[in-house]
Amino acid sequence: MTAARNRTPFEQRAATRDPPWIKALVLGVGLSFFVVFLLLPLIAVFVEALRRGLDVYFAALVEPDAQAAIRLTLLVASIAVPLNVVFGIAAAWAVTRFRFRGKQLLVTMIDLPFSVSPVIAGLIYVLVFGAQGWFGPWLQANDIKVIFAVPGIVLATIFVTFPFVARELIPLMEAQGADEEEAALVLGASGWQMFWRVTLPNIKWGLLYGVILCNARAMGEFGAVSVVSGHVRGQTNTMPLHVEILYNEYQFAAAFAVASLLALLALVTLAIKTFIGWRTTDERPEPNP
Amino acid sequence: MRRTTPRVLPGFGLSLGITVVYLTLIVLIPLSAVFLKTSGLTFERFWALTTSPRVLASYRLTFGASLLAALIDVVFGLILAWGLVRHSFPLKRLVDALIDLPFALPTAVAGIALTAIYAKNGWLGQYLEPLGLKIAFGPPGVVVALMFIGLPFVVRTVQPVLEDLELELEEAAATLGASRWQIVRSVVLPTLFPAILTGFTLAFARAVGEYGSVIFIAGNIPMVSEITPLLIITRLEQYDYVGATAIATVMLVISFALLLAINGLQAWTARRTGRLAT
Repeated sequence: MTAARNRTPFEQRAATRDPPWIKALVLGVGLSFFVVFLLLPLIAVFVEALRRGLDVYFAALVEPDAQAAIRLTLLVASIAVPLNVVFGIAAAWAVTRFRFRGKQLLVTMIDLPFSVSPVIAGLIYVLVFGAQGWFGPWLQANDIKVIFAVPGIVLATIFVTFPFVARELIPLMEAQGADEEEAALVLGASGWQMFWRVTLPNIKWGLLYGVILCNARAMGEFGAVSVVSGHVRGQTNTMPLHVEILYNEYQFAAAFAVASLLALLALVTLAIKTFIGWRTTDERPEPNP
Repeated sequence: MRRTTPRVLPGFGLSLGITVVYLTLIVLIPLSAVFLKTSGLTFERFWALTTSPRVLASYRLTFGASLLAALIDVVFGLILAWGLVRHSFPLKRLVDALIDLPFALPTAVAGIALTAIYAKNGWLGQYLEPLGLKIAFGPPGVVVALMFIGLPFVVRTVQPVLEDLELELEEAAATLGASRWQIVRSVVLPTLFPAILTGFTLAFARAVGEYGSVIFIAGNIPMVSEITPLLIITRLEQYDYVGATAIATVMLVISFALLLAINGLQAWTARRTGRLAT
């Protein structure tokens, strides 16, 4: 990427310069598409949320069911994200620092949840923990609720956000190599000292990148959570499910008000992501060929 | 690539142990439940559950709309990536950052926003419906939602390859007398082709499983605008666990095939462009 920036700009190189009418066409078509299909939905969320005025907007956010939904969403993310961070770091360490049989298979399996429909991600936990599921009778006998309760929501969220941290860290740590970690060990550091003082500082931006993407998906997940939640207002409704309920009750302004919080979360996520991208284009080493 | 020798670095047992146990508990065992439940069915029963007219209609819609959406995304994603890499324009960094919006915006939010735009009295719907273009509450709405979801996959796979493209190749072609169009057709596009195909497959794979953004805008009429993931939920709500699981098996097998295809394509892209697949 650095190479691209040091080159003569495209505009000054006759052979690779698009004629002005091509440039106008490319930007005209591309940006129109961008505005209609990406920007307009984003704007629509906020305009529809404020359509009935600020009073209705804030009333929709402080109403007890909305507050419960916000609390549940934060709770679920605060469990799912840290677990996936620990897993992501462990997986990246094992995959990039050691050679073992079945490594490629392991990497493929880490990506599995991305290729599974969110609806199926919910279904699998119903099959395991639901009333007719493997552990259903045992759970019922011991009065433990997983499906249509918070634990099921947490599990489904962990599943859909499973690969985010690992797949961000694996290419990064692969590219960095183990030289600095080996140096730390040679100089007498213990394993954990090496991890906290060398590995973690080296991967901090990539890790943060994975964490914010993981968090955005954890807070915004709809399909998987919808299957296992049971939609009990004030109890098992996360923010996206609350949006759906309000919308289906034709409380459009309220639905968009709660949706606008999620849209803000998305914008903050993109802002942090872009910031990290700018920071690391200079620092990140070119991948080893 | 130079690899470190095992045993020098600590934590192999711990890190691999955490990885395998967590992967098995969260992903592998629950996923295997789908196949185990399906394996209890006779083949005739499985066939009947997964090929009834309503299910077949949902496959046609899901795969047809996903295919169309991914194709449209390829065309416009390519144009957007070209604009972002090869041209400068005001607010370019903002546009670049917002391309990822569909990755970050919760699908339910996208769903209700798109419905507000394309419904009969919506922002654009009120102008489109008099022209006979009914988008929301029918199959076209499904395509629009899937286009939204898939666009960043195409842009983000094509963009880095386009950035790393050797300008010298294009210049060489130009000195040999090729026209600009010839250069784009026979030098640029063939180099981009693996990335384009990867982006297309990623967008398609994501679209096939998509649920949240579609159900608000689709109208969800059985046989007409009901996607397969919704049909799975409908079966579940009727306590038809066997029916839901049988359809889920079909979807899972297709998803896994797509995952393998994507892995292969990414390896191909990496070989063609000399980059690491990320």
